[in-house]
Amino acid sequence: MAEKGRKPRLAVWKFASCDGCQLSVLDCEDELLAIADAIDIAYFPEATRAADKGRYDLSLVEGSITTAHDQERIRDVRRRSRTLITIGACATAGGIQALRNFAHVEDYKSVVYARPDYIETLATSTPIAAHVPVDFELRGCPISKHQLLEVITAYLVGRRPVTPEHSVCMECKLAGRVCVTVAHGTPCLGPVTHAGCGAICPAFDRGCYGCYGPKESTNAPALARTLTDLGMDDKALRRIYRTFNADAPDFRYESERHGP
Amino acid sequence: MRCGDAEFIDVDGLDALFRALSDRGYRVIGPTIVDTAIVYDDIGGTADLPRGWTDEQDGGRYRLVERDDDALFGFATGPHSWKRFLHPPVQRLWDAERDGDAVTVRPAAADPAPLAFIGVRSCDLQAMRIQDRVLIEGPYPDPHYADRRAAAFVVAVDCGTAGGTCFCVSMETGPEARHGFDLKLTEIIDGDAQRFIVSAGTEAGRAVLAALPTREAGDADLASAAAVVDRTAASMGRTMRTDDIHGLLLSNLEHARWDDTAARCLACGNCTMVCPTCFCTTVEDSSDLTGTRTSRSRRWDSCFTADFSHIHGGSVRQSTRSRYRQWATHKLATWHDQFGTSGCVGCGRCITWCPVGIDITEEVRAIRETAEQ
Repeated sequence: MAEKGRKPRLAVWKFASCDGCQLSVLDCEDELLAIADAIDIAYFPEATRAADKGRYDLSLVEGSITTAHDQERIRDVRRRSRTLITIGACATAGGIQALRNFAHVEDYKSVVYARPDYIETLATSTPIAAHVPVDFELRGCPISKHQLLEVITAYLVGRRPVTPEHSVCMECKLAGRVCVTVAHGTPCLGPVTHAGCGAICPAFDRGCYGCYGPKESTNAPALARTLTDLGMDDKALRRIYRTFNADAPDFRYESERHGP
Repeated sequence: MRCGDAEFIDVDGLDALFRALSDRGYRVIGPTIVDTAIVYDDIGGTADLPRGWTDEQDGGRYRLVERDDDALFGFATGPHSWKRFLHPPVQRLWDAERDGDAVTVRPAAADPAPLAFIGVRSCDLQAMRIQDRVLIEGPYPDPHYADRRAAAFVVAVDCGTAGGTCFCVSMETGPEARHGFDLKLTEIIDGDAQRFIVSAGTEAGRAVLAALPTREAGDADLASAAAVVDRTAASMGRTMRTDDIHGLLLSNLEHARWDDTAARCLACGNCTMVCPTCFCTTVEDSSDLTGTRTSRSRRWDSCFTADFSHIHGGSVRQSTRSRYRQWATHKLATWHDQFGTSGCVGCGRCITWCPVGIDITEEVRAIRETAEQ
């Protein structure tokens, strides 16, 4: 919290990411004015031209660490931030770009870039918490704007945000939705995935893709047996566990059980 | 029931029941098909009922299947239970607003209309009784549940179809609805002649019944009605021996089977969400950005989450083994100590709606067969 009588200064930082989570901040259209009333949005390159200077009460960090330069930069951000909250799958699990952690980054470089020799990058994509202490991690690819508002609101009054770590199944059941796996035979990662999205995919009759990463106490191998019964082969299992949260340990170990 | 006491209504009479309840101001809720499952939702008449449909159920599997008749209640329990309405997933408790130094707290508004439930099975009647003991008859009654329960009108139906995961006979909770209803129906299908033996269990039920176009039931109708529950009782998909279950489970708390179950269990919480007796909740606060408005809600929680047993210093039940064991032993054993009955009514929902098909009857059987008594 900021000192009394002064609005807390907010910074929004971008590391290796698609900007989707930052856009979730702007997506808080109806609440943006209230946010600006409560917080001094001091640095947010996606939205404003204000220069980065000084210290911040709250830093929202999007993106993963993929370069030596960013390794240094995140340390600087941490030093200048009283509270550091990471937002999204890149910042909390390395993001989809962590697929490089399963391969050789040199191979990717030569395929993706016309002049790979221009590219300076690390061999891995890693979450922010692998580099500096993080005060709170908000999950999702992208994050939910409702959860983001909850995190900011909770920060302002100094309470713990309500962002349960339970399964997406709980969200389906609270909403009264019929289980797509049990009733339709649709493969779904809901039972191993962290809640927060409001179970959007099952609401539209699709299985969960695990955008929020593993829930607490994930038992991915047990679910994989059910997914196999529903027709997924090793390749499909490797793929479903290796998406936006590929390097989250519970998903990583499970994908590796089904091939390199 | 003796001959002469019994009356029956036809499908038009059942629609008259819907109208009678609606005219009396009830919000009528009953079985209907949503997303290829039979759920409980607001319904307007018999046209909304799952006419001619039944369900096939097994561990982790539920499918709707067409029947070869036009039965309106020819299915077993679905993913919802009536607790969804009596003890809803999220219950607003209060709102508060600050204006300067003044804080105004407003309790949550009561429901606008009393609830009428159509087609409550015996297992679910027993589940309501169990939740009554927990939520009303303890030292701290829950006013939200108590108000809804007192105002609700219950139309039971004798269960005409046992599901593949049903075991109410083992739990002595069905399939015949014996008490706890305002009206009870028994659906009889005899070729094209579909009729419902109807009887009242309360004064409120008698008053509604008097408004329906009933006809006197004959001996043949009563014999058919008796045959319905006999047939259902004989076709239970599961069984569970319960005579010594309290001692069995509590003397096998370190049984290796708990590890085996934990290896399969996803700790996803589905079993507790679909269980008609699981009543646990957590309390969540929300506030607005300005800090002037706050509210408190209660939502269903599950003993399968780490947060559930979080106390100072961390979660008491870190392992899935400890969570499944807590749930199963509470449901089947320590519920007796706490509330005087079993916490299980044998509806089978936890088996069907478990994504990996963990079967509580199998888990108990496995422990029994290898118990170190």
